[in-house]
Amino acid sequence: MTPKPVSDLARRLEHGLFTVTAEVTLPDSIEKKALVERAQMLEPYCDAINITDSTGAVPHFSNIAAASILIENDIEPIIQFSCRDRNRIAVQADVIGAYAIGVRNIFCVTGDGVQTGDHPEAKPVFDLDSVTLLTTINHLKTRGKFLSGRELDDKPNLYLGAAVNPFVPPFEERALRLLKKHKAGASFFQTQYCFDIERFKSFLDRLLGLTKGAPPPLLVGVGPLRSARFARWLRENVPGIDVPEHVIEKIEKYPRKEQQKAGVEACIEIVDAVKTLTGVAGIHVMAYNWEASVSEIVKATGLSKPERDN
Amino acid sequence: MNKIRAFESTYLFCLKILSGIIPVLGNKRPFMWFMVTSEKALKKPLFGCQMCGQCILHSTGMVCPMGCPKTLRNGPCGGVRSNGNCEIKPDMKCVWVRAWDNSTQMAVFSDSIKEIQPQLDHSLSGTSAWINDIGKKNDS
Ligand code: SF4
Repeated sequence: MTPKPVSDLARRLEHGLFTVTAEVTLPDSIEKKALVERAQMLEPYCDAINITDSTGAVPHFSNIAAASILIENDIEPIIQFSCRDRNRIAVQADVIGAYAIGVRNIFCVTGDGVQTGDHPEAKPVFDLDSVTLLTTINHLKTRGKFLSGRELDDKPNLYLGAAVNPFVPPFEERALRLLKKHKAGASFFQTQYCFDIERFKSFLDRLLGLTKGAPPPLLVGVGPLRSARFARWLRENVPGIDVPEHVIEKIEKYPRKEQQKAGVEACIEIVDAVKTLTGVAGIHVMAYNWEASVSEIVKATGLSKPERDN
Repeated sequence: MNKIRAFESTYLFCLKILSGIIPVLGNKRPFMWFMVTSEKALKKPLFGCQMCGQCILHSTGMVCPMGCPKTLRNGPCGGVRSNGNCEIKPDMKCVWVRAWDNSTQMAVFSDSIKEIQPQLDHSLSGTSAWINDIGKKNDS
């Protein structure tokens, strides 16, 4: 008998169903309400919601607390763990605690350097890297033991994911890095924002070649740009995001007031271009502080829940 | 012969010699001191060695991964700039961009960059990587 999938995300990806995930912007609020409202805007359009881990090295609502609130509201979280703020002791403690409150999907990332955020004077941890973060959590998962060998009463049955960024150098290495993370325990992948379709295609070709046409489930990261100015700012200031000039020019053609709409349209075009490619298991929508745009993107690309399962 | 190949050959040569010596002298204090001192004296100026005690230079194109501001040992982060420079130090080439380029030039170890490196053991910081490495192989 094949084991039951550990989460709805795992079930969908294991059965090859096209999957939509989205990132919720964690509010700077001390109330649950602000988070719940944002997550509920996304929930009708996606299968699981990513909760970031103080992304951009800016402190935000705790990822584990946010996951617990989502679970209370019957929304499936994908909780991100970065290497920046936790050493191996904290990681292992948090993973078992998260499992106990019902978290099943854990997404491992390196994390942005503290210099990127609003507390550049902080001490960065980086005791682990994204690969050893995966091996550490996978060790808990498969052996039911801490790294020290101390045993847990059971094995936390988790579904592990990892990030891949095909859009920055060294380009040739990126597919290999994905496979390294797969070997380390990652079952699914989400990419950084895709604005460069050609670059993505060459990455995908290499990945398909290396895996004999059967890569692990890969969700393409997409998101709308608010304006041409914002796109330029993103490219200059957020490490790892590359917005090609032709994409910016397309938005810039419109007057300021209409650029928001043009940004959503550009995103829809990208989703349409990647959604049918062999090796693409779904999309991951990151609409920073702009949850309302997600419904528009999902509907316009024919990826609403009932439609996409038909 | 290029620089990377020369380093690689030197590594192989040292490996051969030290594999004979370390099992005999590896736990003798004066020898330990000699190894730590010479590793510091040679690897610091050549590779910016930080004496992590778990050298993997031959798996990373002879570029020390501890020079990465996030001390990543398993490949580049997602923040590399489009010109190949580091997310955190914009004027420095990303350590892993260099490591990737160099490792393709290696004769024996060009594929080692694909291997998963284990978590760093911080308790070995400041000790001799050669003794740790060969000693460990001997123990197992
Ligand atoms: S850009 Fe390269 S050198 Fe800089 S932190 Fe990332 S992996 Fe390390």
